[in-house]
Amino acid sequence: MKKSVFLGALTVAGLAASWATAGTLDDVKAKGFLQCGVSTGLVGFAAPDANGNWAGFDVSVCRAVAAAVLGDPQAVKFTPTTGKTRFTALASGEVDMLARNTTWTFTRDVDLKFTFDGVNYYDGQGFMVPKSLGVSSAKELDGATVCIQTGTTTELNLADFFRSNNMKYEPVPIETNAEAQQQFLSGACDVYTTDRSGLAATRAAFEKPGDYVILPETISKEPLGPLTRQGDDQWSDIVRWTLNALISAEELGITSANIDEMAKAKTKNPEINRILGTAGDLGGMLGLDKKWAYRAIKAGGNYGELFEKYIGEKTAIGLARGLNAQWKKGGLIYSPPFR
Amino acid sequence: MTQMSYVRTNMLPEQKPPVTQAGPIRWLRENMFSNIPNTILSLLAIWFIYSLLGAVLPWIFHSSWNAGSLRECRQSIQAAYGPDASGACWAVIRERYNQLLFGFYPSHLYWRPILAFALMLVAIAPILFAEVPRKVLWFSGLYPFIAFWLFWGGTVFLPISILLGFVIAYVVAITLPRFVGSLGAVILAILLPIIWWATLAGPAVNLMNRTLAGVLTPSYIAKMEREKSRNEAIISSKNSDPAQVDAAKGLIKQADRRISDAENIGALEAKLGKLKAAAKEKLASLPASVKAYRSLAAVPDTVSPADRAKLAAALLAVTNYNKAKTKLRHVYAEVGRIGFQPVESSKFGGFMLSVVIGVTGIALSLPLGILLALGRQSPLIIVKTLSVGFIEFIRGVPLITLLFVASTLLNYFLPPGTTFDIILRVMIMVTLFSSAYMAEVIRGGLAALPRGQYEAADALGLDYWKAMRLIIMPQALKISIPSIVGIFIGLFKDTTLVSIIGLMDPLGLSNAIRADSNWNGIVWELYGFIAFMFFVFCFSMSRYSAYLERKLQTGH
Repeated sequence: MKKSVFLGALTVAGLAASWATAGTLDDVKAKGFLQCGVSTGLVGFAAPDANGNWAGFDVSVCRAVAAAVLGDPQAVKFTPTTGKTRFTALASGEVDMLARNTTWTFTRDVDLKFTFDGVNYYDGQGFMVPKSLGVSSAKELDGATVCIQTGTTTELNLADFFRSNNMKYEPVPIETNAEAQQQFLSGACDVYTTDRSGLAATRAAFEKPGDYVILPETISKEPLGPLTRQGDDQWSDIVRWTLNALISAEELGITSANIDEMAKAKTKNPEINRILGTAGDLGGMLGLDKKWAYRAIKAGGNYGELFEKYIGEKTAIGLARGLNAQWKKGGLIYSPPFR
Repeated sequence: MTQMSYVRTNMLPEQKPPVTQAGPIRWLRENMFSNIPNTILSLLAIWFIYSLLGAVLPWIFHSSWNAGSLRECRQSIQAAYGPDASGACWAVIRERYNQLLFGFYPSHLYWRPILAFALMLVAIAPILFAEVPRKVLWFSGLYPFIAFWLFWGGTVFLPISILLGFVIAYVVAITLPRFVGSLGAVILAILLPIIWWATLAGPAVNLMNRTLAGVLTPSYIAKMEREKSRNEAIISSKNSDPAQVDAAKGLIKQADRRISDAENIGALEAKLGKLKAAAKEKLASLPASVKAYRSLAAVPDTVSPADRAKLAAALLAVTNYNKAKTKLRHVYAEVGRIGFQPVESSKFGGFMLSVVIGVTGIALSLPLGILLALGRQSPLIIVKTLSVGFIEFIRGVPLITLLFVASTLLNYFLPPGTTFDIILRVMIMVTLFSSAYMAEVIRGGLAALPRGQYEAADALGLDYWKAMRLIIMPQALKISIPSIVGIFIGLFKDTTLVSIIGLMDPLGLSNAIRADSNWNGIVWELYGFIAFMFFVFCFSMSRYSAYLERKLQTGH
């Protein structure tokens, strides 16, 4: 009896009272940190290091937002979320934003009442096969056994692709990427299918990566980006334009190395001046100060720098820019103008 | 004739038994090769074990302990054992064992969980071993509060205020039966502590913090200045790596913020007073049409936009006041803290998390389970119905469902913006879950007791609680020991399910470690280490249960 009451006491003690009915921006400022939902661990996108500091391509978006809003890229607390808990964590206000390789889809945007604030990585589903299989196109995979993560959109995409090409396949259901790796390497399946970034990361970890090839077909669109709760437009704008600032910075040649130089005085390019706050007051319109974008870019570098650092060709994952190149270089990464 | 004797007077020396009848050979003959089927089975088993070890042992020992990544591991193994060798990359354990044991708990505070575990051994000693002096039981009673304080840190007054509730319950239960009868005393012993915790404990803790904050502000500011200069030294030192410098910069900013908070306590208090007055005034001057509403969504459409706006303004004022109040509370708690540096639950992980959840569940589910089992057998209809309903409901639902309720649904039930510690939620759910099972196991023990034991207790004139405590429970629990320990072990292993709701238990961490591009692709080493640790915990529990059964053996 006493013990049961003790539980009640813990409950009361655990209720940290904060009545958050105002905007998320005010909340974040009042708390002094940003609560960011990330994945529980995805190579290159979000992972804690040996000291428990999170780093990665998605994590950098959180850090940029924290730098823009609070002036400190370290003022972020990360909540690891799984595919199942991520949306409730955001909807219930447990996290302020989600930067967790989440595909922008109609139902998530409209029905689940979230606002997608842009795309930081264009992914797509691909196939990986052993070289010894002698296959050069996904269209030759008739009758193959396929390792597939259950309960994801990849499962549906796979079924659609095989049906539309009049081919048969035998699914080998798996739960996690680690399991898939083991199954695929032991030969339990001929083909492993998931997002191409995931395939590249998995292949890079193999003992002999050269023995496996990623087939050229991409069978789905997976635009991944940060999202916020619908109905808090100011906060969504901040996240969206922080991401846009990182993208524009790459386009305009602002890097973490030269940003201090550029921010000292007005440059010849008026858009750079507006982004860095040496002309106009775009930050004021967001409810932030003039230097918001300067801090966001300074936090980890521009979009291209972040890409190179965490998932680019020099990293173990070795992803090419591909669709994620700037629009001027034939990719889809495109920021609306800052004016 | 000389005397002849056919009786041997001295013993022959003992002969050695035949080779086939002694030593290992006899043992082998009797146990492994006694007949043809056994021989075949033995040979098969030996071949199986040999091939298993032949595959596993080289992998375990052809290993690399010093490497920064899986690739380096493979290179060093191939350099040492030939180009086709594959071996374990124990370097990942070497680099991350701290994380697997403690999660993200700050490394300079590891001594706190370690001390808590050491004290736990002291606290359970009198429960485990009859030889330990009974006085240590007092420490066992205090241990949960000490452990709570060690793990989470923060002001010492929080655990004390929780403890005070139990003191109230105890005093009431001891002194009041004379005046209000035993049932009245039981009810009061439950109600009064709840009232204390729900209404008075929080303000009391805040008051203590506030009083202390008034005294401690100068020394607190001095402490923060020292921390700042320590971090500045890290930044200016040439040996620091960029991550350390970043962390130090963050700490300096935090210290600056705290100093300014501490210096401005007076201003914050004044601001709070103003906000309170403003909120009161706005609420008082609300037009009659919206006076009764406390949320904009509830206001009917017939109300004019102007009145709506007034309500919105008033609600905003209340929100601002509440926020300022919370902020001030946090400042008091930080500046006036007598106690350890607070550590958030989100930093908990690894085996520490498993043990914290498991031990809490074990410690709380036994008494709860006993109460539920007694409740289920009670002649009081309400108590009985509630117990049966609770037990059947919880047993009808899988643990993973309860965990999802804890992690997602509860958020919707609670007022928006309330953050209710996820680990606490999980602990509650795990405890409720295992207490239902515990209740059924103990009910089995109760049912196995002969009716005569109950009647003997009645004949001695013992009241209900005394009969249970002195006669029924000791016997019922003894019968149930194997099942109880089985539930404990199951509960401890079930704690790994929390990785599904995103908590960083060892399995969740293994995924996070693999997400580091250095260690991507590592599987068996991590799972092997985790399995080994779990085996150590669970095997010691089951050994203890065997010991306990022998000690309590009365059937001879």
